[in-house]
Amino acid sequence: MRLAAPLKSRALRSEQIILFRVSGQLFAISSASVQEVRSVDSLAGAAAEIPSPVMKKVKHIVRRGDKSLFVVNAAMHFGLPLSPGALVFVLRRTRTALLIDGIDKMSAMTMLQALPHAFCHEERQWYRGLTALDQSVVPVVNPEGFLTAEELALLDASMLPPASASAAAAETELPQ
Amino acid sequence: MTRANELDLQSFVLLRLGERRFALSAGQIAELVAPSRIFRFPHRTPKIEGVILRRGRIVPVCDVAEQLIGKSLTSRRFYLIAVRHYAQQTEWVALPVTGECELIHSEMTDASTSDAPYVAGWISHNGEVIEVLNTDALTPGPSGESLLGSHRATLEARP
Repeated sequence: MRLAAPLKSRALRSEQIILFRVSGQLFAISSASVQEVRSVDSLAGAAAEIPSPVMKKVKHIVRRGDKSLFVVNAAMHFGLPLSPGALVFVLRRTRTALLIDGIDKMSAMTMLQALPHAFCHEERQWYRGLTALDQSVVPVVNPEGFLTAEELALLDASMLPPASASAAAAETELPQ
Repeated sequence: MTRANELDLQSFVLLRLGERRFALSAGQIAELVAPSRIFRFPHRTPKIEGVILRRGRIVPVCDVAEQLIGKSLTSRRFYLIAVRHYAQQTEWVALPVTGECELIHSEMTDASTSDAPYVAGWISHNGEVIEVLNTDALTPGPSGESLLGSHRATLEARP
């Protein structure tokens, strides 16, 4: 006779998160999603202004080797009052560098609740979900939710020299 | 009242929004709670104020007063926590109300095509004709198709 295998008590897995502020609002991001944290001052030398910005939330670009990172102003992205950003999160596996006000603390979450279905607009792209921390609820941002594929294409097109840009536009023009 | 009449009666919770009363099927009500702290964060969905924590669940707070009485609530006495259906799933949604709620039994007349989508029917109570609300139509939610790819309600954090 085979006995049922004893039930093992499953330890709760936790995820390290960084709590950060933008215009006074608290957000969380998985620390695994953050490749680098830089001060705005230390990044100033590597950042270039986008000559004719195509979206308000992205005004600077940072060259990292052969890769261009777009600096997204988090306050503008979330529609919060503008604040002087002090830190930049370089987000792993994205082309986003996120301008934020500051880091609150490091913490760990054991549960991530999906955003309730009542939230049915852009916020579904912005957040991975919500987590309860110290009797408070904090949205956990989605690192890939700051720039959509369409926005990235628009930004890339705006970075091309004028001749290439018009050639690219001609290539994508539909035949009459 | 005869037994046949009793069987036709359904239970409703009467809620007050300003000067008006509305009804919800009692089966749709999870609980009535005192207002607690609302946690707000940026989003773009109209009518959703934020979320509350209730019994370990994160519950969205939806102010439906603007839609029902034409103005937002300046004060609130309770949150009526109602069940909202999203395709095959159900979730709680907290509706702020301004007065006491009352459980009554009444017979419902179904809504007609001329009624607003959020009206499930009508009941008569103490000489007053009261709209029975359909929370699925009253509160925001994604279209059916977008629900198919939605995540589970609660996810364990990744390691």
